[in-house]
Amino acid sequence: MLVEDYKIVSQNLICYHCGEECPDDNIRIGDKLFCCNGCKTVYELLEANDLCNYYSIDSNPGVNKKNEIKKNFDFLDDPELKEKLIDFTDGKISTVTFSVPQMHCSSCIWILENLYKMDEGIIHSEADFLKKSVSVKYNEEKTSLKNVVLLLDSIGYEPDLNLAEKELEKSEMLNKKLWYKIGVAGFAAGNIMLFSFPEYLASSSVSLDEIRPIFKYLNILFALPVLFYSASDYFVSAYKGLKKKIVNVDVPISLGIGVLFLRSLYEIFTHTGAGYLDSMTALVFFLIVGKMFQNKTYAAMNFERNYKSYFPIAVTIVKNNKETTKPVEKLKTGERIVIKNGELIPADSILINGKAYIDYSFVTGESNPVEKINGDMIYAGGRQTGGAIEVETIKDVSQSYLTQLWNNKVFKKDDESKIDAFVNVVSKYFTFVIISIAVVAALYWLPKSTTFAFNALTSVLIIACPCALALSTPFTLGSTLRIFGKNNFYIKSTHVIEKLAEITSIVFDKTGTITETGNAEIKYEGESLTEYENQLVKSLVRNSSHPLSKNIFNLFKSDTVLEVKNYKEIPGEGIYAYIDGNKVQIGSRLFVTDNSDKEKSNLSTKVYLSINNKLKGFFAINNSYRKKLKEVISYLKNYYKLSILSGDNDSERERLAEYFPENTKMYFKQTPFDKLAYIEKLKNNNEKVLMIGDGLNDAGALKISNVGISIAENINNFSPACDGILDSKSFGKLNSFIKFSKTSKNIVIISFVISFFYNVIGLSFAVRGILSPVISAILMPLSSISVVVFTTLTTNLIAKKRRLL
Amino acid sequence: MSVILVLIGFSTFVALMFLGAYLWSVKTGQYKDNYTPSVRILFDSEVVKKKEKNKSNDGRN
Repeated sequence: MLVEDYKIVSQNLICYHCGEECPDDNIRIGDKLFCCNGCKTVYELLEANDLCNYYSIDSNPGVNKKNEIKKNFDFLDDPELKEKLIDFTDGKISTVTFSVPQMHCSSCIWILENLYKMDEGIIHSEADFLKKSVSVKYNEEKTSLKNVVLLLDSIGYEPDLNLAEKELEKSEMLNKKLWYKIGVAGFAAGNIMLFSFPEYLASSSVSLDEIRPIFKYLNILFALPVLFYSASDYFVSAYKGLKKKIVNVDVPISLGIGVLFLRSLYEIFTHTGAGYLDSMTALVFFLIVGKMFQNKTYAAMNFERNYKSYFPIAVTIVKNNKETTKPVEKLKTGERIVIKNGELIPADSILINGKAYIDYSFVTGESNPVEKINGDMIYAGGRQTGGAIEVETIKDVSQSYLTQLWNNKVFKKDDESKIDAFVNVVSKYFTFVIISIAVVAALYWLPKSTTFAFNALTSVLIIACPCALALSTPFTLGSTLRIFGKNNFYIKSTHVIEKLAEITSIVFDKTGTITETGNAEIKYEGESLTEYENQLVKSLVRNSSHPLSKNIFNLFKSDTVLEVKNYKEIPGEGIYAYIDGNKVQIGSRLFVTDNSDKEKSNLSTKVYLSINNKLKGFFAINNSYRKKLKEVISYLKNYYKLSILSGDNDSERERLAEYFPENTKMYFKQTPFDKLAYIEKLKNNNEKVLMIGDGLNDAGALKISNVGISIAENINNFSPACDGILDSKSFGKLNSFIKFSKTSKNIVIISFVISFFYNVIGLSFAVRGILSPVISAILMPLSSISVVVFTTLTTNLIAKKRRLL
Repeated sequence: MSVILVLIGFSTFVALMFLGAYLWSVKTGQYKDNYTPSVRILFDSEVVKKKEKNKSNDGRN
């Protein structure tokens, strides 16, 4: 009864700081409850600085401090490292920008912009919510980089210190340039349209004729910056394409723009007409708007990563019994380093001292931590769980097993994918057809009149400018990108959608991809245990820091702790102790029963229990699969070849077979290199491969596949280099995403047909040499706008129908 | 008709001013982050309220 009462109460115990459930009401200040001392400390700190407003903007805004690992930031005093992290300094005042992935609500912005109230050395701080970053300006004389980081850490916003993040600034610069170009093009297009207005009205009056030439010359003046600045990207891209003997979509566009301008100049200076400058500037304006639409980026996410962004930027070194910190890049072989709980091993090393339970899930996918004894080799990329250990490095960071993955040639290859973009394939034929029509029309008119032939030639090139063609892709795929983003599927560029529509084969990683991380299902099988026996087991595992023990500990609800005597832990075998006079043993079958016919398979996922030398049963540890796995697979298996690559042992083969079709290829105990090689093999068999993975162990495979999607529990945390990041909550929608990418491609094709239809109308005027500026000024924007409206509307309507919006 | 020329000159000048203002706004990063300011503007009023509270506390002391 007592236990039940406690449960009901516990549902109402919400931490005032982070909003998570509190285990009990022991930690409190007045009527405010806290789930852990970490949260309480943050509250006290904020209260002392009169910053409790934090809690009134959003309720329970804090970041949970329960699983916090005490970190050492001493390395931030290293001048060389400091220089790399700081944006700007004049010796007194420094500015630094931190990435703060924990930022999630208005209260976060508020507290991060009020840092100056807690440290008087901080002059100013500004948060950027979308990028999840905060830039801090501080006085070097009153505080230091280390103090600023410590302050952020103490209030729960530990900055993600990383040396490999400089690309964001680059994309920002490009984005700014595009805004400038839109401004110039829009400005010119609007004004030229106004000045061209008298031309649209066919009536001529004497007074109007006087100023018409002035309007025309003004138009040329306005069109110049559009041609040379706003449209410059198209000319450059067309030139680069032609140099590589590729006719991309920018070739007909540049041709169209160029001819428009030259013909207008000719008409204006020979006083034979008004030119088409209005059409030209409007066209460039539309094209850049389309580009802008396509260039949506998820600024807070980093799709390109190398091994450096996984490793800590500094390590603790032991030398002559003294601990110092050192940037990881300067780490040499033969040095002793201390790895604390939760830290990553930066280089291949040998264990010298301490209890090592290395979690290699990051590298191999193997979900259970591996125990190591002194003298064992530990590979880089493993994560220590448990107490601190001391290791001696035997290889440089850059020479370690894991980092060699990045030296693989696939990581050096440039992304040449743009060439095979659908629009470029079409434009190749389009350009040749248009040029032939223009030449034929010119040849037809040439015997009759040279002027007419010239008119027909230029008119065809002008009207056939594939403006609608160029706009349909960015608008359709841009909308799709946004729709995916709303469903927590973030894609690097619109280009990935096209490639996603073409895949033929899907490869899944197992651990963390189709299984849920940190949610192992533990089941006890065997003789049922009494309440007293439950207490015995719980009291025993309480003493062990082995992760499996922790899992078993959490299985039992019992609260009473019994006194444990003669506790012994034998690495790699198990634990035992005398509790209340009973001998309790937990471990491998051999350890528990002294029975030599041990079961080899499933050893790693079964832990046996015996009490007073009597075998009671075992704890089976199974990974739980993602909730909608069955639905996703039952759809995908009809269309794609499926494979599973797992770093784990094959103990789950049978369970997986329940979900996947018979012809699924399953490979177990795969190293990162095996995975990479498998994908390469598929690609050589002309398969277009979609790789879905999560950890560092999939990094190579994700990179080399046609589309690599990384699954993340927390999208703001790191994920390996990939083309897209899928929030694990949206895993069930995976089939919808793939289906929708195909739909988008079809929409693009339909809009191509529409734009061809406009071209036929336009060409019918052009070949007869009677294309007037008015027709061009109406037809060209009309075709662009109707294509944009069509693609945007259909994409959104279909998304709504499929419940993606 | 010369009055139209004057007007055209003037309107072009005004238009150029707007273009300049736009380019300046891009340059100073006003398009960089278009979310956080919308949250930030709501904080200011909170801070003012708090200051008033502090003042009244001071008065009591």
